[in-house]
Amino acid sequence: MAYTHEQEGSIIRDLLRSRRPRLVRIGIFQRWRGLLAAAIVCAATGALAEVPKRGGILTYMIPADGGPSLDGHRETTFAVVHATAPFYSVLIRVDPNNPSSTSDFTCDLCMEIPKPTDDGLTYTFKIRKGVKFHDGSPLTAQDVAASWNKIVHPKPGVASARENNFVMVDTIAAPDDETVVFKLKFATLTFLPALADPYAYIYSKKKLDQDMHWYEKNIVGSGPFKLTEYQVGQAIKGERNPDYYHPGQPYLDGFVAIFAPKQSVRTDAIRADRAALEFRSLPPSARDQLVKELGDKVSVQESDWNCGNVVTPNHQKKPFDDVRVRKALFLAIDQWKGAQALSKIAIIKTVAGIVFPGSPMAATKEELEQMIGYGPDIEKSRAEARHLLKEAGQENLSFELLNRNVDQPYKIVGTWLVDEWSKVGFKATQKVVPTGPWLDAMRSGDFTVALEANCQNVVNPIADVGRWLPHEIQRENYGYFADPQMVDIYNRMLRETDVKKARVLMRQFETRINQEAHQLMVTYWYRIVPMRSYVKGWKISPSHYLNQDLANIWLEK
Amino acid sequence: MYRYICKRILLVIPTLLGAAALVFVLMRLIPGDVCVVRLGSSGGTFDPKAIALCHAELGMERPLIVQFMDFVWGIVRLDFGTSMWSGNPVTTEIWARLPISVEIAILATVIAIAIAIPLGAVSAIKQNTWIDILVRLFAVAGTATPSFWLGLVSLLIVLNFTSAVFGAPWMPPIEYVPIWQDPIRNLSMALLPAVTVGYRYAAVSMRMTRSAMLEVMQEDYIRTARAKGLINKLIINRHALKNALLPVVTLLGIEFAFLIGGLVVTEQVFNLNGVGRLFVQAVQNQDYTLTQALVMLTVIIFVISNLVVDLLYAWLDPRIRYS
Repeated sequence: MAYTHEQEGSIIRDLLRSRRPRLVRIGIFQRWRGLLAAAIVCAATGALAEVPKRGGILTYMIPADGGPSLDGHRETTFAVVHATAPFYSVLIRVDPNNPSSTSDFTCDLCMEIPKPTDDGLTYTFKIRKGVKFHDGSPLTAQDVAASWNKIVHPKPGVASARENNFVMVDTIAAPDDETVVFKLKFATLTFLPALADPYAYIYSKKKLDQDMHWYEKNIVGSGPFKLTEYQVGQAIKGERNPDYYHPGQPYLDGFVAIFAPKQSVRTDAIRADRAALEFRSLPPSARDQLVKELGDKVSVQESDWNCGNVVTPNHQKKPFDDVRVRKALFLAIDQWKGAQALSKIAIIKTVAGIVFPGSPMAATKEELEQMIGYGPDIEKSRAEARHLLKEAGQENLSFELLNRNVDQPYKIVGTWLVDEWSKVGFKATQKVVPTGPWLDAMRSGDFTVALEANCQNVVNPIADVGRWLPHEIQRENYGYFADPQMVDIYNRMLRETDVKKARVLMRQFETRINQEAHQLMVTYWYRIVPMRSYVKGWKISPSHYLNQDLANIWLEK
Repeated sequence: MYRYICKRILLVIPTLLGAAALVFVLMRLIPGDVCVVRLGSSGGTFDPKAIALCHAELGMERPLIVQFMDFVWGIVRLDFGTSMWSGNPVTTEIWARLPISVEIAILATVIAIAIAIPLGAVSAIKQNTWIDILVRLFAVAGTATPSFWLGLVSLLIVLNFTSAVFGAPWMPPIEYVPIWQDPIRNLSMALLPAVTVGYRYAAVSMRMTRSAMLEVMQEDYIRTARAKGLINKLIINRHALKNALLPVVTLLGIEFAFLIGGLVVTEQVFNLNGVGRLFVQAVQNQDYTLTQALVMLTVIIFVISNLVVDLLYAWLDPRIRYS
C-alpha cells in the first residue's frame, strides 16, 4: 500500500494532534518525519484500509437555484461556495482531514501557520512556491495580499460581505513574492479563525487591477479543479487541475454540480444515483427513507451545525420592552424535550447557548441549566413565567411571531414555539412570509417577536457572538435594545488573547444577554448528509460552507 | 389580412405598456428588496455598507419615475437590462431557460392533440355509451389532478417500478442536455414532464372537442350531408371535426402560451431549468428587472399565440375573413 507524502503527513498529524500544541507538533513532525511515517504507515494499514483511488466524476447537487454572482468575496449564500470553492485556493482553512474540530486550521497556500510576533500584532505568512492559476500565470504573495485587501479594505464601489469580520486588521502587505504580512490593530483570538473564511478566495492581482468586478462573472483560480462549463441556473462543471499543489490531489477527474432546489428531487436523485449527494443537509425523514431503500449503498454523516434559530423580541414594542415579559417568553420553552422531539422531523438536535456546542468556549450543560430558557424543571420555569406575566399585567398576552417561509426548520420551530408559549397563557400566532418581506419587517422594526437564524461558517466563537451585540453596534441585530454593559464585555473579550480569560468573559456576555432576556438561541441545527457509499474521503464539518473544495474526495466505484 | 395583422401587432404596444406599469408597481409593493435578500438570507452577519453599495450599483436609489422611464426606454430598444440577482443580461438568463420550456410545451401540446382530438370526437360520436363514459371519466380525472402532483406520483412510480423490475431505481436525468447533443437523454428528461402536463392539457381540450363536436353534429349541414348519403367517416372528418376544432384551437393556443412560463411547480418537481422556475426565482429574489422582462415575455407570447390562433381560424373556417 502506497501513501502519498500528504497522506503520511496527515496520519502523523492526526496521531499527534491530541497531545501537543500545533507549533510543537510541526517541529517534531519535521525532525522525525521519515521514521515516524514508516512506523505509523505500517501500524495504520489496518485502520486505513481505504486507499484513495484516482478517477471518476462526482455528481452532486446544490440545493439552490444558483448563486448571485460568482465572487465569493461579495456573496453570502452557500450556493456560491458549493459551486465555486473547487476552483479556488485560500490562504488557510479548516483542516479538511479534521473539519469537525473547531480549532484546527491548516495551510492551503501558506507553508505553515505562523506564530504571531510583535505581541500578537503581526502574522507573517510564507506562500508556497510554484503555484499557478488555471490560466498558467504564477500565483505569488502579491495575489494573496491583493485578494485580502479586497476583502478587508475594499475600494469604493467594491462590495465585501465580510469586511466587518476584520476590524482587527490594520494593513496587509506583500514585501516580496513569497511573504504576506498581516498587521493587526489589536491582538485577538478571532483573527486566525476569521482568516480561514471559506469565501476568501485568492484572485489574480493582475485581473483585480484591471477590473475589481472581473470575478463576479468569471472563474480563474488555482484550486483543485478548473472550470469547464457553467450553465446558468443548471449546472457547473470542473475538471482536474493537473498543476494542483497538494501532491496527489485532487483524486477526481472532475465534478458536475447540479442546481436542484427541490428536496424531493434531491432525495430521488440520490436514490436513483443521478447524483451522489448534496453537501448541505437533508431532513431526518429523507435520511431514513434513503437508508431504508438503499441499505449499504448509502452512508450518512451527521454533525452539529453552526447554525440555529434565535427568538428575538422587539424591545421597542410594548409589552416586550418589559424584561419580565421577555423572561416569561423564554421560560415557557422546554428546549430539552423540544429538541429531542423535533430532531425526529427537523434538522435540529442540540441545545446550547450562544456559542456553538462543540467549542471549548460554549456553556456546559450545568452552566446552561442556570440560564433562563434552559431550566431542567420546566414546570418550575413555567410557573415562574406565569408569575412574571401576572406581575407585569400581561396574562393572556396575544402577539404575532414573524417567521420565514422555509420549512426546515423555521416553520417547524415556529409551530413548536407557538405551542410552548400557549402553555403559560401567551396567545401567539405565526405570520409566515417569504424571505424578502421577513427581512424587511425585521430591518424596519415592524414586528413584535421574530424567529430568525444565526448561521456562521468557521466556528469563531468571539466573532460569531458579535451578532448578539445591540443594534447600534451590530446593525443586523433586530432586538432594538441598547446595552452598554454588553458592548463593554464584548470589547474586552475581543481583545483578550488568553483562551481561559476569554471564556470567562464569554460567560459574562452570555449571562448578560440571558438575564436581560434580549434574545434566546433555540436548538442548534443538525447537518445530515446522506451520500452514495462510493463517495469517500469527504468529512462533515459544523458548517455547510466548509470543506467544499472536493480535493480529498475520491470514488470507490 | 395584412392590415389585420398590423392592427393586432400595434395593439401589443398598449398591452405591453399596461403590463409594464402593473408589474413595475406590484414588484415594488412587496416589502424588502434584492440586496437585502442577497446578503441577509443566509442567516450570517454581513456588512450593512454592502447593502448600500448594492442599492447604488443597481440604481435603486433613483426616483421611481426615473426607474420606470428607464425600464420603458429599455423595452423600446429591446434592452431589458441585467438581472439584479446575477448581474447577467436578462436575455442571457431567459435564453438559457427557454429551450427546455419550449420543448416541454411543444411535446405536451403534441401529446394533448394526439389524445384530445380523437378521444373527444369518439366520445361525441358514441355519446352516452360506455366509451363516452370512460373518456369523460378520463377527462374529468385529468382536469381535477394537479400536474405537479401527477409529476411527483409518476416519478415515484417510475422509481419503484424500475427498482422492482430491474433491481435499481431509475429516474429521468436532472441535468438538461439539448436535443441536438443527445436526443435520447434529452427525451428521457422531457417525456415524463410532458406527459404529466400534456394529460391535464389533453383533458381540458378533450372536453372542449367533445362539446364542440356534439354541437356541430346537430347542425343543418351535417344533416344535409347525411341526406346526401355521404359516408359517416367523411362527414365526421371533413365536415364535423374541422368545424368543431375552432374553439379547440383557441384553447390550445392559450394553453401553449401558458405552458412556456406557467409550469412553475412541474419544473421544480422534475428539476427542469425552465422559464417557470426562473419566474419563481426572480420573484423570490425580488429581482425587479428579471421579473419585469419575464412578464413582458409572457405578454408577447400570449399575444403571438392569440394572433396565430386567429389566423388559423381563417384556414379552418373559410367564412372568416379579416379584411
